Amino acid sequence: MSTVAETQIKLTPEHDARPGATVRSWLQDLLPKIVLAPSFAATIVFVYGFILWTIYLSFTNSKTFPSYDITGARAYQRLWRWTFESDPPSSWYTSITNMGIFGFLYILICLALGLFLAILLDQKIRGEGVLRPIYLYPMALSFIVTGVAWKWFLDPGLGLEQTLHQWGWTSFHFDWIKNKDFVIYTVVIAGVWQASGFIMAMFLAGLRGIDGEIMKAAQIDGASTFQLYRRIVIPLLRPVFLSAFIVLAHLAIKSYDLVVALTSGGPGGSAWLPSNFMYEFTFKRNEMAVGSASAVIMLMTITAIIVPYLYSELREKSR
Amino acid sequence: MLRKLLIGTALATSFAFSAHAADVKEVQMLHWWTSGGEAAALNVLKQDLAKEGYAWKDVPVAGGGGDAAMTALKAMVAAGNYPTASQMLGYTVLDYAAAGVMGDLTETAKKEGWDKSVPAALQKFSVYDGKWVAAPVNVHSVNWLWINKAVMDKIGGTEPKTFDDFVALLDKAKAAGVIPLALGGQNWQEATMFDSVVLSTGGPEFYKKAMNDLDEESLKSDTMKKSFDNLAKLVKYVDPNFSGRDWNLATAMVIKGDALVQVMGDWAKGEFHAANKTPGTDFLCYRFPGTDGSVIYNSDMFGMFNVPEDRKAAQIALATATLSKSFQSAFNVVKGSVPARTDVPDTDFDACGKKGIADLKKANEGGTLFGSLAQGYGAPPAVANAYKDVVSKFVHGQIKTSDEAVTELVKAIDDAK
Repeated sequence: MSTVAETQIKLTPEHDARPGATVRSWLQDLLPKIVLAPSFAATIVFVYGFILWTIYLSFTNSKTFPSYDITGARAYQRLWRWTFESDPPSSWYTSITNMGIFGFLYILICLALGLFLAILLDQKIRGEGVLRPIYLYPMALSFIVTGVAWKWFLDPGLGLEQTLHQWGWTSFHFDWIKNKDFVIYTVVIAGVWQASGFIMAMFLAGLRGIDGEIMKAAQIDGASTFQLYRRIVIPLLRPVFLSAFIVLAHLAIKSYDLVVALTSGGPGGSAWLPSNFMYEFTFKRNEMAVGSASAVIMLMTITAIIVPYLYSELREKSR
Repeated sequence: MLRKLLIGTALATSFAFSAHAADVKEVQMLHWWTSGGEAAALNVLKQDLAKEGYAWKDVPVAGGGGDAAMTALKAMVAAGNYPTASQMLGYTVLDYAAAGVMGDLTETAKKEGWDKSVPAALQKFSVYDGKWVAAPVNVHSVNWLWINKAVMDKIGGTEPKTFDDFVALLDKAKAAGVIPLALGGQNWQEATMFDSVVLSTGGPEFYKKAMNDLDEESLKSDTMKKSFDNLAKLVKYVDPNFSGRDWNLATAMVIKGDALVQVMGDWAKGEFHAANKTPGTDFLCYRFPGTDGSVIYNSDMFGMFNVPEDRKAAQIALATATLSKSFQSAFNVVKGSVPARTDVPDTDFDACGKKGIADLKKANEGGTLFGSLAQGYGAPPAVANAYKDVVSKFVHGQIKTSDEAVTELVKAIDDAK
């Protein structure tokens, strides 16, 4: 930062000779930088600094406390071995397969449902002003609240199943939340319920931004409603898809609280996501090196997905 | 001139500081005893200290439960800002002692005779490298059955003496249409029950070898396989909705008479007391069948940190008060556990408490007092959690046979060591 500021100071007098104005224009040039400096420094230290620190720790033998002796990649070797232990599943195997299932379904269903709701709401219907916040509202809840509410709703002894049994439909059976093979899908249900309204709002904003003239032109050319959306509207919403994807992807990857509140880890740990794995190993099992290594692998995975996507999108834009 | 002034100011400040600091009449305490009964039990200690003129200051921890507190403690210690004492469990004390941040209470311990009165098994965790670093508050024991007496009378059951008796009793309950076994399907509850099953199946010698010494031969022995088979037998008697249930909800099922029995540590007694139930007339406490004479324990400790000189007096007062007979009795009557020293009179305790105290004394003398692996007193947290994983996966069916369970157990423990 300081070098930037110095060059500014040297440069300014050359294009403005009056002393009073010089000071003012210095300040004007400097002010945004001064204001931004603290948050910039905080980001450098607390985000990027700690990323580096985590990478460093993953190569040590840190247990309860951080240790600074590099001992090699034992933590990664263990994770690598666990990656292939599918029967009986290791905790890491469960975590990453769950991440795959949850991430894929959560993003896909949220996008599909969000787009569908947005298109329906965009039909100039009455009462849109009431409906929109109803769909959007779940996003205002924390994951903990969502998790606890759905936990009660899905619990066979308390919620849906119990209620339907009382109403007389005694053959109804829905115990996914207690089932080791299906518990991750209940996390998807709760997650989709929470986020799809928000995605709908994003798509709705995108739909409102589309030029009505294009639509009319297409209609005059005889395009059916389906063709209109398939060929014109959805391609035009591409930037919204990108934003929605990034919002959903980061929500999916950082989902930790939802799993804890909804399933407390699931039967035999069958609902774990990598973030649960990381917290468990770092703080409960005192295996900080393994926890750090799993965090690094999560970061690498996100980078591997997001960077090419961003790159292709941004390159297209600059063309 | 300026320099002189600075030195003068610095000196004056330091004098002022040390004069003020000479009598910090305050203990800073990190703990997670915030629920009704626990808080009431801790209040006894606060009052004892207040009588001696020491103020009590809770170190605030956001979020309940030991995990949040331990994370907060880690941060405090890393920042060099030690509390006077912290509630701690088992190997955590030793971890911190190894990191060199614990204080030394050996003098007080000698004066108060802790060496003789505190069971040797507990001293393994409160003494590090010959120095007393923690004051044990209580001893919980894990191998208990908690039975609803009304249900027991209805099905005409009697105290089960062997594992087979126990299975027969559960069958009776099943036939009578009650849920035989109340279990919360969280890994620590399943593993806590399995601790008792291992002790019952293999006996004290085997338990010690497998669960405390982590002897590989014992861990993969046929006795261990039989223990897993026995666990599988018990799991057949739980209701289908058990997965993920909290332990106190499982206790509530027994209290209400929906279920016959729960296998749980003696903290479950607190729930019975809170529901105004009395031992003997409303509920029964038996040792887990086949484990009479042995005690699987865990214990809450107050770890004492290496605080500055001016706070040591308060720390010693806290430690002395914690292990005083009057506090040990008053606290444990409320908490449901038994005193951490064997010379406390049992007059104020209920029937279950009296039995607990007698059992502890007998187990201590007979060398059958063992740390609970599920509760983190058998092995360090990495191993204990690996063990809980395997037991839980076995209960929920990811691990299908006892052969596989034993192989997995050896592998997981090996990995975590």
